[in-house]
Amino acid sequence: MNLQNVLLGATAAVALTTGAAQAEVLFWSTQAKPIEETQAMRDQVLSGFDAGADYQANDSGPFLTRLNAELQAGDGTIGVLGDLHGGFAAMDAANLADLSGLDLGGVTVNPTFLELGKLGTDQQHYLPWMQASYIMAANKKALEFLPEGADIDALTYDQLIAWSAAVEEATGDKKFGFPAGPDGLKHRFFQGYLYPSYTDGVVRTFKSDAAVGAWEAFRALWSHTNTGSTNFSFMQEQLLSEDVWIAFDHTSRLAGAFNERPDDFVAFPAPAGPTGRGFMPVVAGLAIPVTAPDMAEAEALVAYMMKPETQIATLRATNFFPVVDVALPDDLPPSVRAAGDAIAKMSGAADANPGLLPAGLGDKGGDFNRVYVDSFERIILGGQDIRAVLDDQAKVLDAIMQETGAVCWAPDAPSEGACPVE
Amino acid sequence: MNARTLPYLLILPVTLFLCVFFIYPFVLVAQLAFTQGDGFTLANFREVVGYWKFPISLKNTLLLAAIVVPIQLALSLAMATMVSKMEKGRDLVLYVWTIPLGISDLAAGIIWLAIFEQSGFLNSMMSGMGLIDKPISLLTYEHPWVIFIAIALAEIWRATAIMLVILVAGMGLIPKEYYEAAEVFGASPWKRFLKITLPMLRPSLQTALVLRVILAFEVFAVVIALGGSLFPVLMAETYAYQFDLLNSGAAAAIALIILAISIGFTLIILRLLRVPKGATI
Repeated sequence: MNLQNVLLGATAAVALTTGAAQAEVLFWSTQAKPIEETQAMRDQVLSGFDAGADYQANDSGPFLTRLNAELQAGDGTIGVLGDLHGGFAAMDAANLADLSGLDLGGVTVNPTFLELGKLGTDQQHYLPWMQASYIMAANKKALEFLPEGADIDALTYDQLIAWSAAVEEATGDKKFGFPAGPDGLKHRFFQGYLYPSYTDGVVRTFKSDAAVGAWEAFRALWSHTNTGSTNFSFMQEQLLSEDVWIAFDHTSRLAGAFNERPDDFVAFPAPAGPTGRGFMPVVAGLAIPVTAPDMAEAEALVAYMMKPETQIATLRATNFFPVVDVALPDDLPPSVRAAGDAIAKMSGAADANPGLLPAGLGDKGGDFNRVYVDSFERIILGGQDIRAVLDDQAKVLDAIMQETGAVCWAPDAPSEGACPVE
Repeated sequence: MNARTLPYLLILPVTLFLCVFFIYPFVLVAQLAFTQGDGFTLANFREVVGYWKFPISLKNTLLLAAIVVPIQLALSLAMATMVSKMEKGRDLVLYVWTIPLGISDLAAGIIWLAIFEQSGFLNSMMSGMGLIDKPISLLTYEHPWVIFIAIALAEIWRATAIMLVILVAGMGLIPKEYYEAAEVFGASPWKRFLKITLPMLRPSLQTALVLRVILAFEVFAVVIALGGSLFPVLMAETYAYQFDLLNSGAAAAIALIILAISIGFTLIILRLLRVPKGATI
């Protein structure tokens, strides 16, 4: 074979492979990243989509790099995007096609989440895909140390601190675990749990006296927290290794523990503070970039993902709950039953005080999170004065709110213009 | 082919490659760093330098380089001397010593994490020997110096070989006659090392130090694996600005600051270890 033939053959081979790849819709996502979940998405969820879908899960950095490159080039290969609400909120809404005309075949979608998907415009820039929340989990060995009179389904932060202290006293180890690692979701705890529970706000009350009280309480809890927590990102690992007996984390980051040893762990609602039981619902969405190579196929895939049976399959694959009206079957994995139960108790509690995901921050979402993470690092790890740190970080927070002009979200009282730091 | 133009023709591909994949991106990065919206601004630099973690990460990066590089220099000199004295098995030893070079720095960080973790090798060893009752967590915010030592060890383990390879090559170039003459005059091995090896090794030392110091300022994956956010360094700040905060301008600014520090130290090393004119081997 001469060189020319080899080259011709190679070109033909390349053309064939790219041709085959183009027939499938590229589903570009930041969700279901652990390899087992990615595989489950491909085998159990997307295998029923006739045209075929190529599910690719990424970290948000590479996710955005490729998406932005395609948007800038005005020519893309990505068909459907899957990301958290915060990720879409950080994008330019004009790059996400309007999905309001999409025929979902009579499926009823959660109206609160649908509204979130409009990203503050009158177009449906993304459709809600699945939801989750953050809950508490404990090893059953820890239950005997619960403070007298405490109901595990209606704990207060004071009781949680007393409980963790009692466990430490009995075992000699700090057994409360908190996902404060580099990839841990600690900022959501402060934004959706600690602040709503103690200050009934997130932005307005950032440096209030109540916030000082919140951080004092968290400091007390931290004194009984496993000191390795700054390396913990998925609390299921430490629950299974029993380095930790009581933990707070995202439902999908606790699922492994419940699925592996369902009889050893209990899931329960987050604790309540003086201003209620703060908790944060998490929602992921589906969008189509304006550069999608085949709009009709991409829309078909989105509609497929919204079908009740696909939503159930997604729940099994990722431990994220459906966002459409559907009855849950009885044979769900233990993690789903445990988490579903805890979320239901949490959102149905009389003192429930939901703290929504930050909205309207555009590409400043990361900066917003950093305000809370920095406060944590300085107050808790650095041992700095709470009042001084909050006053200092409040300036950064105020600058972010002024720059983005984001209005207040629950549980902060509504604002006219940019949400003020009071 | 004209003998005059031939050299230029030969370096043309490399030059083109560098222009396209180094100079051009560099210009883009500089542009990013000095603009915000439209027009020239220093706002990005003010932002990154004004952030409360910047002085800490600058201090950490410099301190790490100041501790790690001298130790590596001494180690690699000792190792290179040993290797060049070996008669048999020299290649085998060199290969073994350079294995860490073939491992990515993240993998190196993870290897050392496996040693220092709460359920890691060090803890199992110590409890096996009866030194401790139960595993202790070492890499915590409570003992920042343990994190520092772990990172320094991992860096030394990983990157000493790069200096070693350069120094071994340099030692091979030193003519044997000098050593023979020194021996005739009764110079001790230590004296021969000081008076012959070190001065003759200057060009290699220059290269090795420049390379190693630049790498030291770019330390990232090992730090992330062992210290996470507990040990802030400049490169980790760059990553955070680019991927967590999606602020390319600030990331470019901090990258340029790292570049400036690297250039500064390169110039200092070149100056300190310069080879006097005409004094070539």
